[in-house]
Amino acid sequence: MTALSFADAMQLFVVGLSQGCLYSLIAIGLVLVYKATEQVNFAQGEFMMLGAFVGYQFIVLMGMPYWLGAMLTLVFMGAFGYGVEALVVRRLTGQPVFTVFILTLALGIALRAVAGIIWGFGNYSLPAPVDGNLTLGPVIISWASVLSIVVTAVVASALYLFFRYARQGVAMQALSLNQLAAFYMGIPVKRLTSSIWAMSAIFGGIAGLLLGPMTLVSTQMGFIGFKAFAGAIVGGFGSIPGAVIGCLLIGVTEPFFDIMFPTLKGIGAYLIMFLVLLIRPQGLLAQIYAKKV
Amino acid sequence: MTEVLRASNVETMYGRVMAIRGISLTVKEGSVVTVMGSNGAGKTTILKTISGALDPFKGQVEFEGRDITALDPDVIARAGIAHSPEGREVFSLLSVKDNLMMGAYCRKDRDEVARDLEKVLGWFPVLRTFLEKQAIYLSGGQQQMLALGRAFMQRPRVMLLDEPSLGLSPLLISEIFQIIKRINVEEGVTMLLVEQNASVALPAADFGYVLETGRIVMEGERDVLMKSADIREFYLGIKAESARGDRRWKARKTWR
Repeated sequence: MTALSFADAMQLFVVGLSQGCLYSLIAIGLVLVYKATEQVNFAQGEFMMLGAFVGYQFIVLMGMPYWLGAMLTLVFMGAFGYGVEALVVRRLTGQPVFTVFILTLALGIALRAVAGIIWGFGNYSLPAPVDGNLTLGPVIISWASVLSIVVTAVVASALYLFFRYARQGVAMQALSLNQLAAFYMGIPVKRLTSSIWAMSAIFGGIAGLLLGPMTLVSTQMGFIGFKAFAGAIVGGFGSIPGAVIGCLLIGVTEPFFDIMFPTLKGIGAYLIMFLVLLIRPQGLLAQIYAKKV
Repeated sequence: MTEVLRASNVETMYGRVMAIRGISLTVKEGSVVTVMGSNGAGKTTILKTISGALDPFKGQVEFEGRDITALDPDVIARAGIAHSPEGREVFSLLSVKDNLMMGAYCRKDRDEVARDLEKVLGWFPVLRTFLEKQAIYLSGGQQQMLALGRAFMQRPRVMLLDEPSLGLSPLLISEIFQIIKRINVEEGVTMLLVEQNASVALPAADFGYVLETGRIVMEGERDVLMKSADIREFYLGIKAESARGDRRWKARKTWR
């Protein structure tokens, strides 16, 4: 074990925080879909990868200005998520839950392969929208990390307000609580469910655009989705604030854990998940009332 | 009076079981029609078939002259049929107000919606006191009121009510049935009311059907049914005085 100076600790903390924010963006997508439909989208990490590649296509290969390319990427991701639900997942309504699990797992594998065929299996760099570093005393943070923290904060609060006040947001909650009753109210359940997948794919796309500049774009980058999954479980699968807190917890502890136990590098997230499942299996912020099935 | 709702020869399977076997019924505009029957007679299945939650195996459902057989339930709801399901099915973690507003999800007339909300809260003042509370904290009776209010917020032309008396005290039942009658008379909403509890449903209705094991075995105007010996004995629990009153085991229903 190495002793850490305060400045080093702060540095690790900030790095972990921005990493945790990216996990949160993916986890929010996972939880959105899970809450609404009780389906777990194991391809959420690959949605993020796809977002990064599509951004790479628009911004690097086609030379679009960054923000235009980013916007188009999100539009594409929205349409993609909507289509996946409307054309594929919806057909499995009424099938056992594991069919959807297998389907999304397969979708993830297929997306990795297709992305590799289209863009290649190497590593590609995606420009960050902002360059340089922010220096706060001894702590140096890249503006890209700051951006990912800010974007996550904005997305999470926007989502909170949407579910609290927007008519469609309340209706999405309603259909997640009781789908049949939502049908009886005349709520367009199918369209809203597709929209939820669209939202979740858009969040994946945002995460991809933010992560791409940090780690390089590759077909393997979707595996980060498993850490987001762990974070969502820590927070209590099904709660959006819980998912954010769980992911931040995992993101922040991870760099410390990796430095303290270099031999165990990379498994910190899962150890935390394991501990939380042992001590508080329902997760940190589980919904108090079990959903009526 | 014109017919608003008509089911012809409807057969619906519930899994591999045929729950209703060739049901035909008509509901006249502005009336309250009740379908009475015991557990498992197929009452809920009739309503679910009308509202589109179940697709019939055979037969046809018409609403205001339009064939609505096997349409999606949200399409049927938007056409003007509100289904208040058995067991209330309120949105447990949403506030009472959000629950009511979900009923009005598809309405564009905001002023009218606000007025209807006031109406519902006027009928059920207890809901006003819990307006911001999550529906899960309401008692069974209050949840039933919420479910009724939510269905009314759709401003339907027909309401399908599935056992509104289920699990409620006699006092609450009569309170809720008074409101049902008021919605019918004052707001002109046609009602198709499914009930196990014939002694509350029949007096509130204009016309009644009796359902047994998926078939309609008797139908008629309220007053006719109220006088029928079978209905009195088997559904209303009123027994005719007779010298040999204990010979119930020999009694036969006319339809068997």
